[in-house]
Amino acid sequence: MIVFGVALLSICLILGMLIGEALGVLLGVDANVGGVGIAMLFLVFASNSDALKALTQGAAGDGIKFWSAMYIPIVVAMAARQNVAAAVDGGVLALVAGVAAVVVSFALVPILSKLGNPKTPSFDSEEAS
Amino acid sequence: MDIIETVFLRNSLVVAFAVIGVTIWISYFLADKLTNGRIHGSAIAIALGLVAAYFGGVATGGNTGVADVALFSGIGLMGGGMMRDFAIVAAAFGVHLSELKKAGLAGVISIFAGVIVSFVVGAAIAVMFGYTDAAAITTIGAGAVTYIVGPVTGEAIGATDAVITLSVAAGLVKSILVMIGTPLVARYIGLDNPQSAMVFGGLMGTTSGVAAGLAATDPKLVPYGAMTATFYTGVGCLLGPSILYFLVSGIF
Repeated sequence: MIVFGVALLSICLILGMLIGEALGVLLGVDANVGGVGIAMLFLVFASNSDALKALTQGAAGDGIKFWSAMYIPIVVAMAARQNVAAAVDGGVLALVAGVAAVVVSFALVPILSKLGNPKTPSFDSEEAS
Repeated sequence: MDIIETVFLRNSLVVAFAVIGVTIWISYFLADKLTNGRIHGSAIAIALGLVAAYFGGVATGGNTGVADVALFSGIGLMGGGMMRDFAIVAAAFGVHLSELKKAGLAGVISIFAGVIVSFVVGAAIAVMFGYTDAAAITTIGAGAVTYIVGPVTGEAIGATDAVITLSVAAGLVKSILVMIGTPLVARYIGLDNPQSAMVFGGLMGTTSGVAAGLAATDPKLVPYGAMTATFYTGVGCLLGPSILYFLVSGIF
């Protein structure tokens, strides 16, 4: 049943959100701390578990795959509802601060990737050649 | 006209599915014919979405882009936080646990590095623009972290409304630039494997930016980047009004 997979996905998200919200309260932060990330971990564990096979394979798995495939359309809708006008109106300071933060962060990606896994760069260069 | 409006309003979410579907079809067609597949179809679709959002915002004066136009209100629901998170979690289906473990430590480091680096850059720019008040500098720095961390920090430390608005604008610029810029720089920063995607998510942090930027680069990388990005805002809200504010007040 397709709905079993959808229900599993929903339960993972709700549990993750509850934990993220609780973490926020514990830390005294007015935000959900990693709720979505925790929900993703639950789904990864569920899809690797033999006990939950009935909920992640066959038709039930298709229920999860459908929402996974809807990801890009949803992201396009998300882009269409951003407050772009406010970003443009923010003036030079907002523009410079935003752009500079992105440029510096982009530059750090290769450095930190190497730090975490020294093998990654050689793997990349093999692919490139 | 009345009939159209009634039908569109009553079926807003269905209208959104149709509008987004047609937009994506056009985008993939353009990507294929005009750029020979060099630019990803979803990158064009996201760019079209942002352009539509700009005009929607200008036309209505609202703050949810094209979703403020009554006929397209369903896009607000379809692209809202609930559906976004639901689809992001679904994208984790099929992720390998071993990949997550490999990049785990680098992912965690990247979250803290990302928050601190963005904050320092934003704060430095605020100083360059002549701000000398610690609350204002901290709030603008926090806005460069994400557009959620900015106002959360600003309200906690008592920044003025104008500064808080500025911090939101800085965060929006960051988020939009990540959406557009990621597919363009992906090759140069080695963004082609799960590990670098996790580091990328942790460094950028803006969930919307990372989600859209990776989708336009390689959809397979999305779950890895999103996984770390969702912790970033929480860490930012934790550090902004506390340690980072104390440090800034120590200097100014």
